[in-house]
Amino acid sequence: MFETRRTRYHGVAIALHWLIALAIAANFALGLYMTELPLSAGPIKLKLYSYHKWAGVTIFALVLLRIVWRATHRPPDMPPGMALWERTAAGVAHIVLYGLTLAVPLTGWLFSSAKGFQTVYFGVLPIPDLLSKDALLADLLHGAHENLNWLLAAVVLLHVAAALKHHLISRDDVLSRMLPLVRPRN
Amino acid sequence: MRPALTRLAAIAALLPAVAWAEPLAVDLGKSEIAFVSTQMGVPVDGKFKKFAAQVEFDAKKPETAKVRLDVTIASIDAGSDEANGEVVGKNWLSAAKFPQATFVSSAVKGLGGNRYEVTGQMTIKGKTLPITTPFTLRAQGASQVFEGTFVMKRNEFGIGEGPWADPETVANEIKVRFRLVANPAK
Repeated sequence: MFETRRTRYHGVAIALHWLIALAIAANFALGLYMTELPLSAGPIKLKLYSYHKWAGVTIFALVLLRIVWRATHRPPDMPPGMALWERTAAGVAHIVLYGLTLAVPLTGWLFSSAKGFQTVYFGVLPIPDLLSKDALLADLLHGAHENLNWLLAAVVLLHVAAALKHHLISRDDVLSRMLPLVRPRN
Repeated sequence: MRPALTRLAAIAALLPAVAWAEPLAVDLGKSEIAFVSTQMGVPVDGKFKKFAAQVEFDAKKPETAKVRLDVTIASIDAGSDEANGEVVGKNWLSAAKFPQATFVSSAVKGLGGNRYEVTGQMTIKGKTLPITTPFTLRAQGASQVFEGTFVMKRNEFGIGEGPWADPETVANEIKVRFRLVANPAK
């Protein structure tokens, strides 16, 4: 049976997109909150740091899964009428988003190792340290983790703005085809 | 030579025969008192940078051996600057009130080969409890190296009180590793 060209993303792609988006937003907020907490606040700080790292590992795995899915499933075409620069910008932004969603957890993991704290997934599965404890390297990786996060936040804002522009101004189905339970407009 | 000095010299000459064993010249630069805490399932290395060690040991008569350790609590490195600030506080080691931790041996026995066992009183945070730990002795060049590991329970000494008493976040068991390097007597 031949399937007609998809006008919407596959359910798996939609689920991964929103799951990862929500997880990243939550973990971003958690990261900002936990670093401001003093250790004298009690065990909560140690717990939040661990949750943050476990979430980061989970996001990394989901992004890998998503990239595999994306590479093996052709996404719906961009709507007709998009200028070449718009298509190029969209393509580049998506590659940057994939790259950053991998680079942010990676730098977090390396930063933690350089600080002398191994990441132990859910407190039971130790993830090997690529780096050993090194204060100078830890500072560098701290900066990288933070800056890549702000860069990711900026590109996400651009991504959201572009989606809203498509939906509200161009009135095409670029946003709705990534929304669950929404029928595409015709 | 004045008579007083002559008498002192005579007493000094007798000392080795009277003492249990010759005190060893412990090389603090090569010696180490380290520990591993477990935070959210993650092993975290720590150590005390400053301590004094008095060791009398004769491999032919291990039962005559004596050990005394005086550890400067404020010299702790608990794995991070933030942790160092927290663990000297009153919930943890209360360094201002109890600046020293001590270990004084009461008995040493040979276990065969280069293995021995020392029993003694360990005082931390003003609380004294008996501990027993095995150790090994090996030669390293002209030096003697005493090494051992034991596990202590932090709650028995009130280390980590109030919100920190919860062993789920910071495990109750702390692994202590000691290594004393004694240079040959000159």
